[in-house]
Amino acid sequence: MPIAIIPALLRKYTAGQERITVQGRTVREVVADLERHYPGIAAHLLEDGDLKPSIAVSIDGEIAPEGLLGPVDEASEVYFLPALGGGR
Amino acid sequence: MAASSNGNFRVIGTRPIRHDGIEKVVGRAKYGADYSFPGMLHGKLLRSPHAHARIKSINVEKALKLPGVKAIVTGKDLPRAENKIEQAGEMAINPYYLSMNILAHDKVLYDGHAIAAVAATSPHIAEEAVRLIEVEYEVLPPVMTVDAAMKPGAAILLHDLRNKEEGNKETNVAQHHQFKRGDVEAGFKSADFIVEREFNTAMVHQGYIEPHNAVGIYNNDGQATIYCSTQGAFDVRSLSAQVLGVPVGKLKVVPAEIGGGFGGKTTIYLEPLSVLLSQKTGAPVKLVMSRAEVLRASGPTSGSKIKIKMGATRDGKIIAAQIWMAYEAGAFPGSPVGAGAMCIIAPYTIENLHIDAYDVVVNRPKTAAYRAPGATNAAMASETIIDELADKCGIDPIDFRIMNGVKEGSPQVVGPPFKRIGFIETCEAIKNSEHYKSKLEVPFRGRGVASGFWFNAGMQSSATVNIHTDGTASVVTGSTDIGGSRAAMAMITAELLGLPVNDVRPVVADTDSIGHTDVTGGSRVTFATGMAVYEAAQDAIAQLKKRAAMVWELKPEQVEFRDGEFLSGDPSKPPMKIKELSKRLARTGGPITGRASVNARGVGPAFATTCIDVEVDPDTGKVQVLRCTVAQDAGRAIHPSYVEGQMQGGTAQGIGWALNEEYFYDDKGILRNTGLLDYRMPTCLDLPLIETAIVEVPNPGHPLGVRGVGEVSIVPPPAAVANAIYDAVGVRMTETPMSPPKLLKEILKKRAAENAQSAAAD
Repeated sequence: MPIAIIPALLRKYTAGQERITVQGRTVREVVADLERHYPGIAAHLLEDGDLKPSIAVSIDGEIAPEGLLGPVDEASEVYFLPALGGGR
Repeated sequence: MAASSNGNFRVIGTRPIRHDGIEKVVGRAKYGADYSFPGMLHGKLLRSPHAHARIKSINVEKALKLPGVKAIVTGKDLPRAENKIEQAGEMAINPYYLSMNILAHDKVLYDGHAIAAVAATSPHIAEEAVRLIEVEYEVLPPVMTVDAAMKPGAAILLHDLRNKEEGNKETNVAQHHQFKRGDVEAGFKSADFIVEREFNTAMVHQGYIEPHNAVGIYNNDGQATIYCSTQGAFDVRSLSAQVLGVPVGKLKVVPAEIGGGFGGKTTIYLEPLSVLLSQKTGAPVKLVMSRAEVLRASGPTSGSKIKIKMGATRDGKIIAAQIWMAYEAGAFPGSPVGAGAMCIIAPYTIENLHIDAYDVVVNRPKTAAYRAPGATNAAMASETIIDELADKCGIDPIDFRIMNGVKEGSPQVVGPPFKRIGFIETCEAIKNSEHYKSKLEVPFRGRGVASGFWFNAGMQSSATVNIHTDGTASVVTGSTDIGGSRAAMAMITAELLGLPVNDVRPVVADTDSIGHTDVTGGSRVTFATGMAVYEAAQDAIAQLKKRAAMVWELKPEQVEFRDGEFLSGDPSKPPMKIKELSKRLARTGGPITGRASVNARGVGPAFATTCIDVEVDPDTGKVQVLRCTVAQDAGRAIHPSYVEGQMQGGTAQGIGWALNEEYFYDDKGILRNTGLLDYRMPTCLDLPLIETAIVEVPNPGHPLGVRGVGEVSIVPPPAAVANAIYDAVGVRMTETPMSPPKLLKEILKKRAAENAQSAAAD
């Protein structure tokens, strides 16, 4: 099963857990699964049904330009990171 | 200078003269301010004389009556955008703040903040009209530093900025990032040496030679064209569309040649105003900033405060780091503090880590990107501490870095492991350099090293490769050329097509003539646009193979393309070069255009390590850089001279951060050094020839191994200089710039302490 790595400031929603085993074949499904188990967390990741512009998602060490549509496989590690928008 | 090996390549790794060189040398190349159109008007801006003030009223009546004045616009003429972050291309921007930066709405937030724009028949009349505009201000206290802005009770810049974690209170802190790993307290308990210091870095400007400019032409059918100097024509289009409240398709942006950008030309200032004034007057309108306007009101990079505590075991293992960092965003949110936090200890594996990073608004111009945004401030702090820990452990500073350095599989600050990277190799290149092995045995001379990291970027790029009837080709991209990328694109095309490099003409197209291409930034052009060019050339080759098959009456799969020749495998059908085949295109199906668009994956991060020798004048505190060598992992150097140019340019700018450059504000928040005589960038008289060692650890994510080379070399120099100063005179500098007064103060403090100690001993 894929693993979602929770950013430090959102770990208050996951009882301090950093690595959480999740279900999902896309980032959207991973976020939905996180929200099912840790209500309130999705509001910090999503805005208007899409990934917040201030957040980037990395799947297996590679920034996924597809965002919520990014494909996730059984062994994937999904990281939520600050998007690099510095200086804008 | 180290040569890069070009392995089995024929063109890649060579050093041809850039295709755009002659036009630039003879003065024919057209920069933004060179554009002129019949009936064109000239624009000038009224700018705030206060750092922080409420605008009570603006009266333009007298100015409008001046003969020759055709129109004046203020913030009220811009549509009010919604206050929320939106995607604009690949950028996340808040159009509400962007619009308020272009023209102040009800408050001015920094010295030089634009308030009104005038269009007139001459620049002089426009200037005179600007003086006739009457503005009534309620002056507010300026908030100039992160300390002042974060203090309880600080004057608030943006009343809609709220701290959602603390009762939705008004705040100047726009964002808080946190990164945690392991157990920092336990880490410090097992450390043998702990170093803790606080650093301050000054706000600095990119210092591009060419000021911002724009010519806007609005047509009565609602379409408009903008000619300007920019790092991203598509970004100018999307950002201007946001500010003007028009669809992207109504705007066309023609990128001019660019006289430097370094990140500072990835946003907009004048572009939407040129369109708005053109719409009001029915004439083309040109706006060009003065140098003072560039310094006061374009986007420098953040000054910062960084506190670091770092611990290591006696055998040289860094075991814990606790970091607090706050960056000046300028008047609106968006400093590169998030990037800085992810870069600050990126070259090292540290098990126990805690970083808090704050984006803080202050009454200074809104910051823009500047070469590895956020990383140079960060490395000034971390690489100085690393040096001190190495010293305490009694380990050579390069060996200390190698011992703790990241490799393939090491975790990044944010968690995901690195793929194949070349950090250790950059350290080894310095360690093995003649420079590092040389002796420095003269008093007041010292040597310092430091390393740096930058992510590099992928993002979207498009390219077309057109095969001409004489067998030459053109390669068209949307990436404005700020560092020799035209030559690199032509070289990749020539390599693949088997053509001489001068038979390929590289073209930078406008926003109507090529598919979407993201900004020239993030060291991404040779990587991502290069990937699009690679694929477009392969597409052209695939089409050419079909044509060769038609000529030979074979199946396409029977045709091979090798070393620039099409081969049939049949001795009766001799090999054909593109030059021969191109003559037959009309009779075999028509012209051939190879196309590709990518949203590039496989970004390869960049590392650099720099060694600097300095001499300190102990009586004045002046530092002279004697020798400097930079080693950087390029992945694959397509054009080694331009890779070296990037390494040298970044290093020169980093030395400017280290020794001279700073925004100097008075107590009212007014910028006092608005010219390049007072804002002191290094010149060739200040620098030695910067020696380069290109390290090539191919990026497995790119078909040619390219990483991207434009930024990381700026990151190490301030810390390398600080470490060299320590080696020379024994004082640890924690503030940039390390200008003579600041260094002299520390030298005298040290001397006084030594004198007191020896007096006590007597």
